[in-house]
Amino acid sequence: MKKKKIQEAKQRDENKGEKVHKLLLVLSGAVIGFLNGFFGGGGGMVCVPILEKVLGLDSKHSHATAIAVIFPLSLISAFIYVINGVIESLPLLTVGLGVVLGGILGSYALKFLPPKAIKIIFALIMFVGGIKLIL
Amino acid sequence: MIIFLNILFGVIAGVFSGLGMGGGTLLIPLLTIFLGYEQKLCQGINLISFLVMALISLIIHHKNGYLCMKNIFYIILPGVVFSAGGALLAGFLPSNVLRIGFGVFLCILSIFEFYKAVKK
Repeated sequence: MKKKKIQEAKQRDENKGEKVHKLLLVLSGAVIGFLNGFFGGGGGMVCVPILEKVLGLDSKHSHATAIAVIFPLSLISAFIYVINGVIESLPLLTVGLGVVLGGILGSYALKFLPPKAIKIIFALIMFVGGIKLIL
Repeated sequence: MIIFLNILFGVIAGVFSGLGMGGGTLLIPLLTIFLGYEQKLCQGINLISFLVMALISLIIHHKNGYLCMKNIFYIILPGVVFSAGGALLAGFLPSNVLRIGFGVFLCILSIFEFYKAVKK
């Protein structure tokens, strides 16, 4: 009985996959790409809900897959930033070192997704940061 | 001191990045607001350090079986084209314009993230 239900659920997931709205994905890709190149980041945050809604991925899979989506986008825009000569080596190397160390920690911690409270606090900090940048 | 702060802010942003919570959207305001770096430099730093970090994250996520590559090329192909366009456009604009634009982007994102967090 249980097995049958699981199989039905799998079938449903597969059907959902077939019916994926490709145009929607292409448009999303354009928006994510522009934002990520123009602002040098943030594309992942737009990508995660799209992977969840359009491709029907769960939270963990969409968070991880978003990184795979953003990688080639960031590669080309990073290249353009370097050519434009905006990069300074000391801050790049020191900040970069920190990001890599933190990134490894965070990836392991993805097994335990952050609780609601942390997400809310994070959103509030982002909002204050945004206001500060505008003013 | 500045080196220590650079690394510290990097680590904080990196943890959130690895969690897929948008470390870059945290790193850029941290660097511009508290350390006074130019917006464009921060955007560039964010992109490059993301690339290195992402390679490692992807290996870990792949091992955990969290990557789901089916259909994502429909997002990646236009994404790459528009990402190049966005980066070229950013190159023409002064940093203070980008800074204000990024602030608006951050506020909008934070409102969405807030709703998402509260709803769950």
